[in-house]
Amino acid sequence: MENTKLDLDNYRSLLKEYLLTKNETALYQAEQFSKLSMQHNISPEEIIHVHIEALKELYPDLTQEVNDSLNFLLEAMISYGLAYQEFQTLREKQSELQSEISVAASMQQTLLSTVKPEIKGLDIGAISVPANQMSGDYYHFVTDKEDDTLGIAIADVIGKGIPAALAMSMIKYSMDSFPENQRNPSAILENLNRVVERNVDPSMFITMFYGLYNPGNETFSYASAGHEPGFYYHGDQDEFEEIEARGLVLGATDQATYRQFERKIKKNDCIILLTDGVTECRIGDRFIERDEILQVIKKYIQLPAQEAVEQVYKHFERLQEFQFRDDFTLIIIRKEV
Amino acid sequence: MDFKPCVNIRKEWDIVGARQLGREKAKEIGFGTVDQARIATAISELARNIYLYAGTGKICFEIVDDFEHKGLQIIAVDEGPGIRDISQVMEDGYTTSGGLGAGLPGVKRLMDHFDIISEVGEGTEIRASKWVR
Ligand SMILES: Nc1ncnc2c1ncn2[C@@H]1O[C@H](COP(=O)(O)OP(=O)(O)O)[C@@H](O)[C@H]1O
Ligand SMILES: [Mg+2]
Repeated sequence: MENTKLDLDNYRSLLKEYLLTKNETALYQAEQFSKLSMQHNISPEEIIHVHIEALKELYPDLTQEVNDSLNFLLEAMISYGLAYQEFQTLREKQSELQSEISVAASMQQTLLSTVKPEIKGLDIGAISVPANQMSGDYYHFVTDKEDDTLGIAIADVIGKGIPAALAMSMIKYSMDSFPENQRNPSAILENLNRVVERNVDPSMFITMFYGLYNPGNETFSYASAGHEPGFYYHGDQDEFEEIEARGLVLGATDQATYRQFERKIKKNDCIILLTDGVTECRIGDRFIERDEILQVIKKYIQLPAQEAVEQVYKHFERLQEFQFRDDFTLIIIRKEV
Repeated sequence: MDFKPCVNIRKEWDIVGARQLGREKAKEIGFGTVDQARIATAISELARNIYLYAGTGKICFEIVDDFEHKGLQIIAVDEGPGIRDISQVMEDGYTTSGGLGAGLPGVKRLMDHFDIISEVGEGTEIRASKWVR
């Protein structure tokens, strides 16, 4: 009450000054007044009311028509006032949601965090950047102290945002719960497929590539559940070869089987794994070609693996004008000896 | 209890009648122009809901004057289909007029006290009061 009275006095003197001088200063002050009123959640009909009251004090002989017409205006403004209040509430809700999402995103980062292992003879680089706050991409390294093998999982939920992120957390926990000795790529995918089929909405698909490197026989075995094909880089010829491995996406049917492939890895060769956030980069309305991606990777492949993935990321970040449309994950593993 | 003045809502124009009676009561009790306009808007929303969703019903007014408050209570009663999920209806943005701030959440904002009792298949009673300051 105290405040509105103050405001009325203030408004009256501003109005009086303007009517006398018609100068810009008073109009500027009116602007300030309007901002201040918004800050105090004063709705438009109240301002009109203040205007009517001020006018009546300045001109006690105001004609009935003018008075009535101003009351008519006041009625006409009621809905604007309501819409403004609703907008305020929704804005508060929006910022609550925003901060909830930030908390969820940082929880997700902790949950999904994976340690990039130091393995003798291998140079490993990995980068994963979400398009929005929460990521639907996931990669994970699994090491085994006894036999020095390295398991690599990379997955992508078709879809983005919070639902994708929730599905990803589920994948991570299922993988953690599989028995230690089960490290066979096709068996892992078959198990995960059943988990996804049972627990995830049928409209959501997850693609995944799982690889296991055994330094004992220098062999990389792998299987894919509909995942974006990665590349094998031949160091001696400076050439790429697509890693072929077909398989159904996870969760499509509960009986899916995944064929396992194997290949020897030579010195200076690289395994490059990625998600479609990399291959579906867009320049304007055009998707880039896989060849163009390879050209970019080639440009940086001689760098240490971590620097290489970061440089490739930066390249595409700029190309896409710093606005990725999909989560971006890229892993490069080089056999050094 | 006092005799309650009521307006039956059967056709769209009855909304105007309810507003008119509500405004007269509000003036009588001593509400200022801004509050009169708000009360009239709340009546419109409630009366229009009766007209749209229940077909027929009535809007009644009760003058409140006890130790605590002095003001006006609007009582909207119908024997229509009732409201199944009241919490949902009271969420901002649920109304078909979404984004315009109107609807039942708007009525709640316009008034100082608001209450709904509704049974599916039996009807709805909404009470909304405003106090003179
Ligand atoms: N008197 C009533 N009887 C039955 N249903 C009602 C009644 N009033 C409101 N509703 C239900 O509540 C919903 C929300 O009402 P309201 O907030 O006024 O928004 P709107 O009328 O724009 O949809 C309506 O769509 C209707 O389904
Ligand atoms: Mg309505």
